[in-house]
Amino acid sequence: MKKTFQIIVVLTIIGIISGALLTKVNEWASPLIAANKKAETEKGIFLVQPAGKYYEKINTNDIEIYKVFDDNKNLIGYSLAFEGNGFQGKIRLMVGLSTDLNKITSLEILEQVETPGLGTKITEEPFKNQFKGLQTFPQINWIKGKAPEKPNEIQTITGATISSKSVVAIVNNGIQKARSLKERGSL
Amino acid sequence: MKKQIPIWKEFTKGLWEINPTFKQILGMCPTLAVTVSATNGIAMALATTFVLVFSSFLISCVRKLIPNQVRIASYIVIIATFVTIADLVMKAKFPELSKALGPFVPLIVVNCIILGRAEAFASKNSPLRSILDALGNGTGFLISLTVIGSIRELLGSRTIFGYQILPDSFEPLLVMILPAGAFITLGLLMGIANSYVERKKKIEYKSLIDKYRGNYSA
Repeated sequence: MKKTFQIIVVLTIIGIISGALLTKVNEWASPLIAANKKAETEKGIFLVQPAGKYYEKINTNDIEIYKVFDDNKNLIGYSLAFEGNGFQGKIRLMVGLSTDLNKITSLEILEQVETPGLGTKITEEPFKNQFKGLQTFPQINWIKGKAPEKPNEIQTITGATISSKSVVAIVNNGIQKARSLKERGSL
Repeated sequence: MKKQIPIWKEFTKGLWEINPTFKQILGMCPTLAVTVSATNGIAMALATTFVLVFSSFLISCVRKLIPNQVRIASYIVIIATFVTIADLVMKAKFPELSKALGPFVPLIVVNCIILGRAEAFASKNSPLRSILDALGNGTGFLISLTVIGSIRELLGSRTIFGYQILPDSFEPLLVMILPAGAFITLGLLMGIANSYVERKKKIEYKSLIDKYRGNYSA
């Protein structure tokens, strides 16, 4: 009987201590984590629009999209943050678009949990650079095993076809959403 | 009274004698999963060592308070708390590092090296010895992950730590980056390690037998 009591007490105490500790740490960390995420988004906006100096969030519930302005406050394009399913989990990316939404200025992967060494190559320059100046009309296509021929094509990464295709699909979906927004005149 | 080995041996034994990967065959999941590059291996091993040292120390401190029947449950809660704290602190203060380690950090909770050392060592020994044992095992883990990671990175993408070693004319073996490459590398390395130990043992036996033979014939 004494043993049972001891077991209950010890487990309860350990549970309470670790629970309290985690609550405190989380309380301290969560605003910092949110701030980091915001700073990262801000960095991403200008990373995909290298000429941008100012940005303004567009108020819409559908997507996260920002107007980007240059030095003289002229609109130079949009930065669109969008996420979707990758090979193992969510991929969140930022894509810079021209004012008519038909051309990509640059692409940046913000978050991903792809296979280390294979899928993670989507975050590396050779893959991302394919998107620079890529035409998005009518949509982006992928091609496997050979160099792209058309202005709206990219080549998938060997060994990471699904991750590459996912990035293309996410970008296409995001642009589709942005287009319908533009048709309604909200952009 | 249990025989105590010299205190510095608690550290050095983890490097080879009871190397977690090659001798205890512990922590196979991270070993196979993250060793696609040497850098990944090192990062995983460092994060594991951090948790290993702290949880070993704490468990060794409270070892006399925890009833035998619920020790595993208690260890798991303590380890999980440490991992979560490490994860949150890294996310808040070192976002770059946290991004690089990404999905590996939560995996440390289920890394059996930590529970293994807690159960086999920290629960029976003093805090100082437990810390040394944890450091030794962590270092052993670091060495084996770096070796496996380097071999896989070298053959799979021609580089080590991101620096190109093999010439462009060498066609990268894709299989080395895929899970199969991990099993092949680990199997071969373990085979080499075992055959080395076997040979050493044989020589030892032989010298022992020779010695006795010499004694009798004399």
